[in-house]
Amino acid sequence: MTEQTIGRQSIQFENAVSILSGAAIVGKKEGEGPLRDAFDMIGDDPMFGTNSWEEAESTLQKETVGLAIAKAGLQKWQVRMIFAGDLLAQSVASSFGIADLEIPVYGLYGACSTMGEALSLGAMAVAGGYAPYALSVTSSHFGSAEKEFRFPLGYGNQRPLSATWTVTGSGACVLGREGGRAAIAGLTTGKIVDYGLKDPQNMGACMAPAACDTIYQNFMDFNRMPEDYDKIITGDLGKVGQRILWDLLLEKGYDIRNRHMDCGLEIFDGETQDTHAGGSGCGCAASVFASYILPKVEAGEWKRILFVPTGALMSKVSFNEGQSVPGIAQAVVVECAEKGGE
Amino acid sequence: MPDIQTQKKQKEYEKYVKQVTPSHSLPLNMARAFLVGGLICMLGQWIMNLCLNYGLGRQMSGSWTSGILILISVVLTGFNIYPKLAKFAGAGSLVPITGFANSVAASAIEYQKEGQVMGIGCKIFTIAGPVILFGIFSSWVLGVAYWLLKIL
Repeated sequence: MTEQTIGRQSIQFENAVSILSGAAIVGKKEGEGPLRDAFDMIGDDPMFGTNSWEEAESTLQKETVGLAIAKAGLQKWQVRMIFAGDLLAQSVASSFGIADLEIPVYGLYGACSTMGEALSLGAMAVAGGYAPYALSVTSSHFGSAEKEFRFPLGYGNQRPLSATWTVTGSGACVLGREGGRAAIAGLTTGKIVDYGLKDPQNMGACMAPAACDTIYQNFMDFNRMPEDYDKIITGDLGKVGQRILWDLLLEKGYDIRNRHMDCGLEIFDGETQDTHAGGSGCGCAASVFASYILPKVEAGEWKRILFVPTGALMSKVSFNEGQSVPGIAQAVVVECAEKGGE
Repeated sequence: MPDIQTQKKQKEYEKYVKQVTPSHSLPLNMARAFLVGGLICMLGQWIMNLCLNYGLGRQMSGSWTSGILILISVVLTGFNIYPKLAKFAGAGSLVPITGFANSVAASAIEYQKEGQVMGIGCKIFTIAGPVILFGIFSSWVLGVAYWLLKIL
């Protein structure tokens, strides 16, 4: 059996795993943002025709999965397994969302980094020969996330400027052995990194050290420089986290400032949409990747990118019990397929 | 427990994060809180005077004033206007009785989906609960102190 590992924490696939399709459905506010033309669908109803935020998120995820499968030109029975996750306790949005599809499922939790986790595991399953087609999906919903982690929506309070706005959206990608114009060439699995911060209203600062750690490790493992990537794209660090990531990497001797992009900063217009530090949530990185980043790689505009969704690992209970907010970041190397392997 | 080296690093990081994180302007927030909080209190005084003019007793007028302010806040919460006011006013809309009413109404609306008993029943005071508990407790402490002083 051929080893496909490289360095300490990374995998380099012998045959890059094709991304056959990407689909993204978002909410109204996201649909009013700068990426409005990229999304496949924009739901005007925040309830998505259901009775609760949780059901709404499930519906959102189910619709996105259906759309991704259709865009890949497949039937749902051909998808061997789904890797799915969301932000809610016990990942109920995923469980109730994809139950009806009758496709085998692995449920994941990596906070807002879940799309990186889902793509990583999906790619591993395909590359290992365990699934001809696998699907990776995550979702988040502003209403359900506020309820899960913060206050009831009607409660009047002032959000700090470092707070992010949870994206209502879902993104899904179908992975397969061949046929796509973009492919996952490798990945770097992230460690849990804890700098001891305890402020869940400043998640960018909690996650930036993890992003730095994973990106740095990716450079080491693949023996690459920032210049080897056309873009280095983090999930939802926001304004504050971005600044910190730049500083931390500069300390290590890497300057990524001219090629760094953050999904949370792309999806909303901070000036006019009042989102403070930027967008966040599992659905943020996933929907921006599926609708905006993937087409750019497919078109060859970006030959090789490093996609690094970041997550803050905390719950209401851990916060109340005085625990810190550790971060995690999962890196996926996505290349334009025409370029071939290295 | 992290060792001293890590603790020191964590402190440094915390300091650095504080430095790069933007925050709301305190004087501006205080001015807004003063303005809106003052207006809410003025409204209360106006209702109070009205009640007194109608010949209600002092105590009765006070009850009516609280009741009407609570009603206004609950209605504004239902129409999603109170959160917008609070975003502007901060403590100005949080401290008066209207803020208290908002926290109860918002919880009731949000958790109604989880049922009348386990949803509204259990969770209606998730935010206001501590205020009630410690409010009653501290008034009890004051009561005891007052009683002791009287004995002496």
